[in-house]
Amino acid sequence: MLKPRYSIFSLARNAMNYHKDWEKAWRSPQPKAEYDAVIVGAGGHGLATAYYLAKNHKMTNIAVVEKGWLGGGNTGRNTTIIRSNYLQDPSIAIYELARSLYEGLSQELNYNVMFSPRGVLMLCQTQHELRAFQRTAHANRLAGLDCRMITPAEVKEIVPIINDDPNCRYPILGAYYQPRGGTGRHDAVAWGYARGADALGVDIIQNCEVIGIERDGGKVTGLQTTKGLIKTKKVGVVTAGNVSTVMDMAGVRMPIESQCLQALVSEPIKPVLDCVVMANTVHGYMSQSDKGELVIGGGTDPYNNYSQRGSFPALEHTITALIETFPIISRLRMLRQWGGIVDMTGDRSPIIGKTPVEGLYVNCGWGTGGFKAIPGSGWVFADTLANDRPHKIAEAFTMDRFTEGRFIDESVAAAVAH
Amino acid sequence: MLIVTCPVCGAEGDETDFHFGGQAHIARPATSNPEGISDVQQRDYLFTRINAKGLHFERVRCDRGCGKWFNAARDTMTMDFKAFYGATELPPPDVMKQAKGGWAEYFEMRMKKAK
Repeated sequence: MLKPRYSIFSLARNAMNYHKDWEKAWRSPQPKAEYDAVIVGAGGHGLATAYYLAKNHKMTNIAVVEKGWLGGGNTGRNTTIIRSNYLQDPSIAIYELARSLYEGLSQELNYNVMFSPRGVLMLCQTQHELRAFQRTAHANRLAGLDCRMITPAEVKEIVPIINDDPNCRYPILGAYYQPRGGTGRHDAVAWGYARGADALGVDIIQNCEVIGIERDGGKVTGLQTTKGLIKTKKVGVVTAGNVSTVMDMAGVRMPIESQCLQALVSEPIKPVLDCVVMANTVHGYMSQSDKGELVIGGGTDPYNNYSQRGSFPALEHTITALIETFPIISRLRMLRQWGGIVDMTGDRSPIIGKTPVEGLYVNCGWGTGGFKAIPGSGWVFADTLANDRPHKIAEAFTMDRFTEGRFIDESVAAAVAH
Repeated sequence: MLIVTCPVCGAEGDETDFHFGGQAHIARPATSNPEGISDVQQRDYLFTRINAKGLHFERVRCDRGCGKWFNAARDTMTMDFKAFYGATELPPPDVMKQAKGGWAEYFEMRMKKAK
């Protein structure tokens, strides 16, 4: 089905008509009796998977089932940071694939995802952190990433509001800078992929919760949902914080713990910050949205949680750190605060690939940093699902790495210490 | 804010007075039989978790009180604590009965062993 393209002309045409005739961005079909593949979870990762399955692998008789509304989970709850300067080679490969796909995503989807490569700056506030980031910088340079270490003077030039007092508790000793990183409009990524997938014939079925995974002789045969039985031989589970719950239905216990990660935004103010700043030692990161709100995130709460509401001490910890780093924000009022349930693995790297049940695939464990990976994750997971073997970039991320001891340790190298 | 009571020393405090140590009732298989441990058993010990949505059992340390580890039964949807009990004990029978999924299987196995 060909959708009318969004353009300056369609905008003008609809303006003439008081915007009453915009077509629906996607259909809301009832589920068919059977599909070639069903993706569970219509977040960014699930929708990107469906889009690339249809586009790259010509699998159009597929569905995405979602218990709530599309993009209502972690895709709409993150702080929209996009970067790829991870330490380990497999991580660099997948996050850089994602970051580079973000560059052309608005054109590809004909949907403005507002990717803004404004630069991501990771502060070094202890000698240890400075050395750790120098190590990452060398690893990234060998992998061909455009990143560099910068001096405290350069940090102050890029971020004038930063506290550069050399006598404070955690002075700025430098920063690790990825100029091609930045932010995106997180909802638009979900909506753009949904519209794109729908145009290629994918059924996106919202308010349809999976309540059972039907199997026969160790093979998937279908899904029991709140909208009835859907037959299929291939199921891709992409349910982030709820992945353990869904995989339990197929008797697969996951190496995952679900925790709450909070974020908050301030009242809108005039432009003060035109890049993303991550202060990892003190646990806080901040950027400014196009509306002028400061978008703030920190570390996870310290215990398992499925409630999408976090604890105040965790918030206070983040705010304390950021006020020390940016004294200018101390009197800002916060507008909104929320939590998302993140799926944490032992090595803080994702799990992508096959499972012990034939026809059941899983893509999870993105933890606190999944948004940046959406296009790359969908790309490799679609390929894995279509060809029944891991995509080359996904090979390192299979679940059996926990049995074999092949960890992709990003827990130390990740932006925020866990 | 979670309010916790230590079953060892009786101190009550909020979550910042305690340290959370993840899933409770995980036995280290290599303690009794180091040679006979398979990679899968070691993986399950280190990484595989029940990660219950609902009633969950976890380890907590009384940081600013007696310093002892103990166990707590908490609902991960409502954040309600159902019980605090000793590190080597099983939860109170009425709480144990409410366990579902992976936890129900585990406690059934423990009760069978005890018999």
